Amino acid sequence: MSALLVIIIIGVLITLIIESLPSIKALGIGFLWGKVWDPVQNIYGAYPFLVGTLLTSFIALIISIPFSYAISIYLGEYNPKGWLSDLLKNTIELIAAVPSIIYGFWGLFVLVPLVRTLEMKIGVAPYGIGVFTSSLILAVMIIPYASSLGITLIRMTPSPLKEAAYGLGATRYEVIRKVIMPYTRSGLFAGILLSLGRALGETMAVTMLIGNTSAVADSIKNAIFGPGNTMASVIANEFTEADHTEYLSALIELGLVLFFVTVVINLIGKRIITKFTNN
Amino acid sequence: MEAKIGFRNTKSVIFKSIVVFFAFVITLPLIIILIYIIKQGITQVNWHFLTNVPAPVGEKGGGILNALWGSFLMVMVAAVVAIPVGMMAGIYLSENSRTRLAYYSGLCVDILQGVPSIVVGIVVYFWIVKPLGTFSALSGSFALAIMMLPIVIRSTEQTLRLLPDSLKEAALSLGVPYHRVILKVIVPCGFAGILSGITLSIARVIGETAPLLFTAFGNPYLSSSLTKPMESLPHLIFTYATSPYDDWHNLAWGASFILLMFVLILNIVTKVITRKWKVQL
Repeated sequence: MSALLVIIIIGVLITLIIESLPSIKALGIGFLWGKVWDPVQNIYGAYPFLVGTLLTSFIALIISIPFSYAISIYLGEYNPKGWLSDLLKNTIELIAAVPSIIYGFWGLFVLVPLVRTLEMKIGVAPYGIGVFTSSLILAVMIIPYASSLGITLIRMTPSPLKEAAYGLGATRYEVIRKVIMPYTRSGLFAGILLSLGRALGETMAVTMLIGNTSAVADSIKNAIFGPGNTMASVIANEFTEADHTEYLSALIELGLVLFFVTVVINLIGKRIITKFTNN
Repeated sequence: MEAKIGFRNTKSVIFKSIVVFFAFVITLPLIIILIYIIKQGITQVNWHFLTNVPAPVGEKGGGILNALWGSFLMVMVAAVVAIPVGMMAGIYLSENSRTRLAYYSGLCVDILQGVPSIVVGIVVYFWIVKPLGTFSALSGSFALAIMMLPIVIRSTEQTLRLLPDSLKEAALSLGVPYHRVILKVIVPCGFAGILSGITLSIARVIGETAPLLFTAFGNPYLSSSLTKPMESLPHLIFTYATSPYDDWHNLAWGASFILLMFVLILNIVTKVITRKWKVQL
């Protein structure tokens, strides 16, 4: 049964490669930076989706980092036990439990009008939906992944190290800054990698909020606040509409790229964690 | 010197306040979302809503029976496939952690855990939907089963690994054959941990939409046939939420409320199990 897993993974890989062969053959490596995605004219370029995916994920990551660090430090160091800590920890786990479709639905009806008002204030086209809105929701969704790991790792800091620092007269802040942070740095980084992996592959909430346009934005401002598309969202939207082989296989090639990227990111993350916990 | 330590202490206090602020502020979106969904959804839910299929646009009423039944059926089938396979794989991994096969399958569990659900959908489309020539509930279940596997495997493996070796050794020394030791001693001892893994995996896949888009697809009518398209709660929410009709939005709010309640209850059950038997996940 254990071997079955290896078979599933190899099967996934082979299926993706075989089904994307037509587009790999027809378009070659240029697929990745082709700027035009126009199924009607049979032109396929993945660049808009690569940019969209990276942009949403990184904005989400940047928004989420202060929160996940704060949660890790608070629950790992300041308040590791007690009802308040349990309550907060369970609440954060619930964030991960809410289905992404519900985040998307809520975002569409509550967050989009809010962002629209914000966009009018700062003077960009008030779409409401778009890359920025998706990133906001994504940021909330990925926080539990980085922080649950961070809590465990910060608690693993050996107390002799901390006690030695207190003994030298360090304040709480200095202990965290100079002892705990350097000690757990690689582990916290791994947590962020894992949440990045989540963000890259997240489909439903992003599909509902990003606006789904395959055109490349003309300025950075429009790229962030305007509508876009990610690899996952374009697959979700167009897969069942793809009416000829090349179109379909171009979409699958996107899936293949997504698969590779998330696998690499996850494996690096896990590798760092294993290394950290073994030491 | 006095002033300096005062400054350092102030910095420490300020830092702590910032940390506390950020740590608690993040619960706000969750609370707002929960309250919003409950407020919008609870007015929709009544007996009629739970026992009828969606009404066409323009007609009043209608419910989500088809999606409830479909979600239930597909998750059940997925669980029937994933639980035995996952448990067996988990037992293997905990019993033989040093073999090469265990190393590679452990690696594959990690990979599978990180595979975006939409990719699972694509692959199952080519494995089942295309050969059968139609979208089907069976393929949806299969996709969900793949999503469940890593959670069941990891929880089984980790629970069993925590059991003391003396348990197994005591049974073996009494002359009990190996397979009976596993079935009658090891698995019952780790039962709570395995069970919490199962409830957690069900909570995770019941809200999955992306793998169902190209597999179970959706169906506005009540259907029990595994070889036909079938509606599910998350898919119904997706289709109706992105539709332009207010009646359909209300239906989707109701469905979101039900789905959210399922997920919350399953998570609480998992918490209770882990609390009661003190298992670590």
